[in-house]
Amino acid sequence: MPLDTGIRRLAAAAALLAGAAAAPPAAAQTTVTIACSALGIGHQLCREGAEAWAQETGNAVRFVATPKSATDQLALYQQLLAAGSADIDVFQIDVVWPGILGDHFLDLADHIDPAAAGEHLPVLVETATVDGRLVALPWFIDMGLLYYREDLLRRHGRPVPTTWADLEQTARLIRDAERAAGNDRMWGYVWQGRAYEGLTVNALEWIDSFGGGTIVGDDGAVTVNNPQAVEALATAAGWVGTITPQGVLNYTEEEARGAFQSGNAVFMRNWPYAWPLVNGSDSPVKGMVGVAPLPRGGTDGKHTGALGGQMLAVNRMSAVPDAAADLVRHLTGAQEQKRRAMRGGYNPTRPALYEDADLIAVNPVVADLAGALPGAVARPSRQAGQLYNQLSAELYQAVHRVLSGSAEAADALAGLERSLERLNRRSRR
Amino acid sequence: MAHGSALARERRRAAALFLAPMLAVLALVAVWPLARTVYFSFTDATLGSLDSYVIVGVENYRWLAEDPDWWRAVRNTVVFTVVSVTLETMLGLVIALALNARLPGRGLLRAAVLIPWAIPTVVSAQMWGWMFHDLYGVVNEALLAAGLIAAPKAWTADPDLSMTAVVLVDVWKATPFMTLLILAALQMLPRDLYEAARVDGIHPVRVFFRVTLPLIRPALMVAVIFRTLDALRVFDLMYVLTGNIRETMSMSVYARRQLIDFQDIGYGSAAATALFLVVALITVTTITLGRVRPGGKGGSG
Repeated sequence: MPLDTGIRRLAAAAALLAGAAAAPPAAAQTTVTIACSALGIGHQLCREGAEAWAQETGNAVRFVATPKSATDQLALYQQLLAAGSADIDVFQIDVVWPGILGDHFLDLADHIDPAAAGEHLPVLVETATVDGRLVALPWFIDMGLLYYREDLLRRHGRPVPTTWADLEQTARLIRDAERAAGNDRMWGYVWQGRAYEGLTVNALEWIDSFGGGTIVGDDGAVTVNNPQAVEALATAAGWVGTITPQGVLNYTEEEARGAFQSGNAVFMRNWPYAWPLVNGSDSPVKGMVGVAPLPRGGTDGKHTGALGGQMLAVNRMSAVPDAAADLVRHLTGAQEQKRRAMRGGYNPTRPALYEDADLIAVNPVVADLAGALPGAVARPSRQAGQLYNQLSAELYQAVHRVLSGSAEAADALAGLERSLERLNRRSRR
Repeated sequence: MAHGSALARERRRAAALFLAPMLAVLALVAVWPLARTVYFSFTDATLGSLDSYVIVGVENYRWLAEDPDWWRAVRNTVVFTVVSVTLETMLGLVIALALNARLPGRGLLRAAVLIPWAIPTVVSAQMWGWMFHDLYGVVNEALLAAGLIAAPKAWTADPDLSMTAVVLVDVWKATPFMTLLILAALQMLPRDLYEAARVDGIHPVRVFFRVTLPLIRPALMVAVIFRTLDALRVFDLMYVLTGNIRETMSMSVYARRQLIDFQDIGYGSAAATALFLVVALITVTTITLGRVRPGGKGGSG
């Protein structure tokens, strides 16, 4: 289908033009094109890291900014890779994508020292290994965290909440007191409620913190329709309009940070990337913010943070596979990961760095994370494989309906169970 | 005009020769992709395996018919189209009549009206997204200051308001298009008709309904059909402003999600084909209705 391919190429080229800041390639050097995120200061750090590599090796790098939302990013990558395009050599990918995109990536084990992979957290290397091929190297790790306003908790004499019920009560109390004091835009708790992957992550955290499992069990059976999950969703739906502004139903990470950083929320659920930003010199809440694990569902629940993070992979069609793999090796190396962690709050995927004194001094979140990491919960991407996106979409739509009040938690989860089972059957046709 | 004359045959051959390039291009850019989409809709192809698929008959269409989300998307699209095109037509008519009057600075005003139409939809949707923001959006600010609402509204998140927000942005954007087409029609109207009406002392409202409206109806119908087609395919507005929520998902958003997000070329092609059929059906209906009405009433001036 030359035409389809041509059209996809055209779309890809347009995307490249829109996002690329091209450096003129010199004759003798190799130019590696890397697609990295435009979220927060990530792009700047990616640029600096890759340019350092370019200088060191005498090569050149070109940057492609990717869309803000993960769903759009994946769609763009799929179009490019399915068309067999070699326009981008190195891709920044989400932890849940190796299963979906793996076939299009190079087996990095052929290009790097195998011991280098062993220096990363084993669970991440496992995720990056598809059919025995190491298709990506972990770049940074993410985990859902609770951000809170230290100053407000102190002023109102409240401890950092450890259960969702605590959080709701504290948020309500502080919001009411602050509003009475004239701060009429104050809200309690902001998170990611737009119908997209971010809501899947939030929902997984709620459900797992109540002991409701991880949507799909290890054996692939759908487990989401259980009383704990119903309780979790009903609890979250109860926040909307009370401690959480209704607009959260259209918030992604950056909108939530916008509300929190402008001083309009007591609590926020976000990834570690927000830490240096809320403490930036231009932040109205600089120095007033603390971080804690997300609350437990109840006294018998658990602190749950969804595992996120990004990896770097090399396009199988790349014209410069060795240089591209070397760039990946450099960017995922200990020195570069430490720099990124200190400057941007991107947490290392190398356990050794969690004991680094310099890093802990600059970025105390690292110490919090080190203890919380073992309790991290992964999204069911391994169980779902190619169907992960469908699973996630069914989940976030069902949850969104509950949050917006157009469905009851129990009905929505029963419906979700049916759709996921239907999905399962269809995949086996 | 004799059928067999050499001249007529020669002319037909020339016509065919001149038309051939256009037909070839049309076949390449319209017929072929469409045929391919229809073909894929009967298979289980996915984006990752475009070369190895199985023909599954009408299975994709059966799933489509059973999917409540699809029917919701059809309903959303039709509601969106009817409401937005109606509002755009009425507003466009009013603004065109105003601009047709002899006012100082009329040229400047006409250019200014076009600005919303000139902004790419993705940009204006993002812009409106910020204006509709629940915490720091200017829309809430203005409505609060005017005392029209008591508390800030979550325009793009509230399931009861999100469609309204989408329609508002579309009306803002597409009204200039309607205005322009109607204005062009108004400027072609013969002036002597209005002079005759004035001499006869006919009320201006009556003049509008008996003279102006019948005369611009053909142009109006073209504008309405254009906008209807456009609105039925709506994608970027919902995609940027409200994302994947059921309340605003249009048929195009649904089809794209299956094709791109889920890589399901087979099922996505079925959705795209169904979208094409719905659009074709509605267009044929609109054109037929548009033809019948002026014939029954239009008469002479």
